[in-house]
Amino acid sequence: MPLTPPAEPDPEPKMNWASFYAVISGVNRHSTGIGRIWLSVLFIFRILVLVVAAESVWGDEKSGFICNTQQPGCNSVCYDHFFPISHIRLWALQLILVSTPALLVAMHVAHRRHVDKRLYKLSGRTNPKDLEQIKTQKMKITGALWWTYVISLLFRIVFEVTFMYLFYMIYPGYKMIRLVKCDSYPCPNTVDCFVSRPTEKTVFTVFMLAVSGVCILLNIAEVFFLVGKACGKHLHTAGDSTMGVWIQQKLCSY
Amino acid sequence: MSWPVLYAQLVGANRHSTSLGKVWLSVLFIFRVMVLVVAAESVWGDEQSDFTCNTLQPGCENVCYDQFFPVSHIRLWCLQLVFVSTPTLLVAMYVSYRNHSDKKRLLQSSGRAGLLSNKGQEEDLETLKKRRLPVAGALWWTYACSLVFRLLFEGGFMYALYVVYDGFQMPRLVQCDQWPCPNLVDCFISRPTEKTIFTVFMATASSICMVLNMAELSYLVAKAVTRSLCGQKERKTCRKSSRVKTQNKTNQKLLVSA
Repeated sequence: MPLTPPAEPDPEPKMNWASFYAVISGVNRHSTGIGRIWLSVLFIFRILVLVVAAESVWGDEKSGFICNTQQPGCNSVCYDHFFPISHIRLWALQLILVSTPALLVAMHVAHRRHVDKRLYKLSGRTNPKDLEQIKTQKMKITGALWWTYVISLLFRIVFEVTFMYLFYMIYPGYKMIRLVKCDSYPCPNTVDCFVSRPTEKTVFTVFMLAVSGVCILLNIAEVFFLVGKACGKHLHTAGDSTMGVWIQQKLCSY
Repeated sequence: MSWPVLYAQLVGANRHSTSLGKVWLSVLFIFRVMVLVVAAESVWGDEQSDFTCNTLQPGCENVCYDQFFPVSHIRLWCLQLVFVSTPTLLVAMYVSYRNHSDKKRLLQSSGRAGLLSNKGQEEDLETLKKRRLPVAGALWWTYACSLVFRLLFEGGFMYALYVVYDGFQMPRLVQCDQWPCPNLVDCFISRPTEKTIFTVFMATASSICMVLNMAELSYLVAKAVTRSLCGQKERKTCRKSSRVKTQNKTNQKLLVSA
């Protein structure tokens, strides 16, 4: 048997999860501690597992889907009937949509920096060191940025829950069955069709859903943390703000 | 030459674009290029190998596949993304031309004056490179033209996809009677539902990009109109104040002479 040379590593860099990571991880500097944990969980337990393991489990999902018939086209039609969209693509879309609200925060930070630079120039401070300092300083999550951050967290939670619900609608039960029965045209009668690697697929589905649940909890915790921090700040400056006085009164009445 | 290289080029040109332009670039790369590379390409990966016709006649499947899929969706989308990204390079070319001519002028003037030190000249050249040009004058026209071209390409490709595939839905079964198929045979397309989902997704993302481009064009036009109105107002107030000044002078002269 002739020896085949090992596959050459792809010399051209592709637009892939690594470039996506580079884009998203820039937001990390302006996140809270919980936000950074969420980003790490996302990249390590979801994207990495998807790319390194799950894609090879689902790799032969169509070629390994076999129906007990020789009728051409029956395999294709039955596969399409039972798998309208592959798990892998659903997860890829979920990960992309869930990560993008973080870019709202990045855009807000960039806008704030632009405004600060303008103010510095107007006040006459055109020292390049000062302008560089604006670029590298960490923005405090207060004011309008607080609202942008909280809204991005709410969007993340909504997207995660929506995708989990979609999953449940398309594949009820989260379990991958070994055998499905199909009678779509051109199958001559009700034929048995066998799914490839059902147990391994069930394991990975449960794993990905569990991590998705963990991410939802982290996002909810981050929302509570931010709200608590904002309330705490208002209480500190209770003398000036009426909101702080109101909260203090309510707390004291219990 | 690949997507990350194109991304690097566009990000460089993006420095001189409006905020809507920056949002457009993010939508383009995250919801279109990323989804195309990471998800859509694997859905269409087996489109020909899994295109099955209900016949053993050699060549029938090839001929029928070619009849129903003259250009694959993936290739159409790649072409669309490349065409839609290139008008931004017009802007990049204009900016580099402006920088080049300003650099020449700077070097000539410093050569004539002979006063600037080497370090001062270098600093000026650096600020020239790093500055952000305001979108006005010839740059405004270049930018607006690039937006118009983007809209035309987006619309053109979406229309082409709609016409070639008779809508955005992928059927499960097509019937083919091209030679050498012996009669009207049923041919089955692989993963039609998943393909329909991604076609609709990409069409939606393309429409969002078109809306962003139209909003950006309206914003530029509105900005130019307000700028010309402000300019007119200033000229009017200047003329008014100069008239008042001359009137005051004549009054003073009259008072002095009286």
